[in-house]
Amino acid sequence: MIEFRNIDFGYDEKLVLKNVSFDIDQTESVVIMGPSGSGKSTVLRLILGLECPQRGEIRIDSRNICVMKEKDKRELRKRIGMVFQDGALFDSRTVGENVGYYLIEHTKLSWKEIEGRVVEMLGFVGLDASEIIDKLPEELSGGMQHRVAIGRALLSTNPRIMLYDEPTTGLDPQSAENVLNLINKLMRERSISTVVVTHQIADALSIANRFIVIHEGEMAFDGDFVGLRDCRDERVRNFLSPFRDSMNLVAKKKFMNGV
Amino acid sequence: MYLIGIGSLFLVVLTGLFSGQGFAIAFANELSDFGAKDYLGRIMSLAIVRELGPTLTGLMMAARVASGITAEIGAMKSSNQLDAMRSFGIDPIRKIAAPRLITLIIMVPAMTVICDAVAIFGAWLIAIFHAHISSTMYWAAIRERLVFGNIFIGLVKPVAFSLVIAFISCYKGFTSEGGTKGVGQATTDSVVMSSITILIANFVFTKFFFPMLKGYL
Repeated sequence: MIEFRNIDFGYDEKLVLKNVSFDIDQTESVVIMGPSGSGKSTVLRLILGLECPQRGEIRIDSRNICVMKEKDKRELRKRIGMVFQDGALFDSRTVGENVGYYLIEHTKLSWKEIEGRVVEMLGFVGLDASEIIDKLPEELSGGMQHRVAIGRALLSTNPRIMLYDEPTTGLDPQSAENVLNLINKLMRERSISTVVVTHQIADALSIANRFIVIHEGEMAFDGDFVGLRDCRDERVRNFLSPFRDSMNLVAKKKFMNGV
Repeated sequence: MYLIGIGSLFLVVLTGLFSGQGFAIAFANELSDFGAKDYLGRIMSLAIVRELGPTLTGLMMAARVASGITAEIGAMKSSNQLDAMRSFGIDPIRKIAAPRLITLIIMVPAMTVICDAVAIFGAWLIAIFHAHISSTMYWAAIRERLVFGNIFIGLVKPVAFSLVIAFISCYKGFTSEGGTKGVGQATTDSVVMSSITILIANFVFTKFFFPMLKGYL
């Protein structure tokens, strides 16, 4: 479904990604990890076709997004939900207008009908619509903004691929857990491909079974939890070293659950 | 429409009133040296409708509106709202720039007409109370110069200035880089570039373009 083939990408002659290749199948959930500035978020922007690589090929549903016209890219993006870092909610629109944005722009539904779906979606992401639907995004907490952003992505496109850029960064533990639970709930109930970019190991372990580690633009690891834990690559070991205890804890849990 | 147009009304009225009065005092003083005070209405009509009104309104709109448009688009870009829009299959240029362009094309000429009217009124006050010209003579002279050619020139310029403001402010917003500092810089650049381009465009229109239309206007 998502194919990365030998991708080189950079800004102003500085390479951000170097020869990155991977495939993500339908319904697969993958976490892309790495230190800040390693090029993780760029991967999401490339999947969405917001940037084009200098070398290599990116295929979504077997179609090369790099050679598509902007109009075709816009059509393709309608099948991809993206939750940006900090939510990227439209700050001049209310929560209701944000969540129903796609329907407002692309359908002829009346506001009454859209509002009904917005209320339903806000309930799905665990928010009380009656309290927040008419509020502006700035009036919400960080965790609520993230959940509104997830609701917006879901309601807009009924996506087959969901991309999350640092979904828990800057959130308190309770809000972070709510967002992670929501991501897990979506993966269970909707069977969509999920790509999560994070540098929070605990989040990564609670979301996916496949992990990609990017270090200074290069792929340092691609595999499952056991492979990650036992990886001998110095770059991966250095990145994971502060989190060894939590990884061992997860390993114990997974062992106890028979995974 | 409200923010760009009506929101600029107070500024445009003040600009028109005080610049009209200021120029009227200067012209009246000079003309009185030659005993030609009665020509004040003709000069003001010509100067305001063809030059002062469009240029001052353009500059005021550039200062107020161009900065607002650039800052708004720049802030949307730095907070990924433009990318979010694109991720929903929406073209930000069509969605954000086009409505602002259309609004400016309507509102800059409208504001220019208001600025002209207020400036002519301000000059009338000076004509009556400072230069002691009869009101009838002043308005007769104003009417004499309010011919199609002058009004046409006075309306073509603001349309051109609205294009200048819209293109520069949107371009600077869409290409701003570097977070809040970058947005601040882009906003400053937008106002400076719009203002300079308006002044140059005004000169080009007056010097080269309108003389070519002399036989038709």
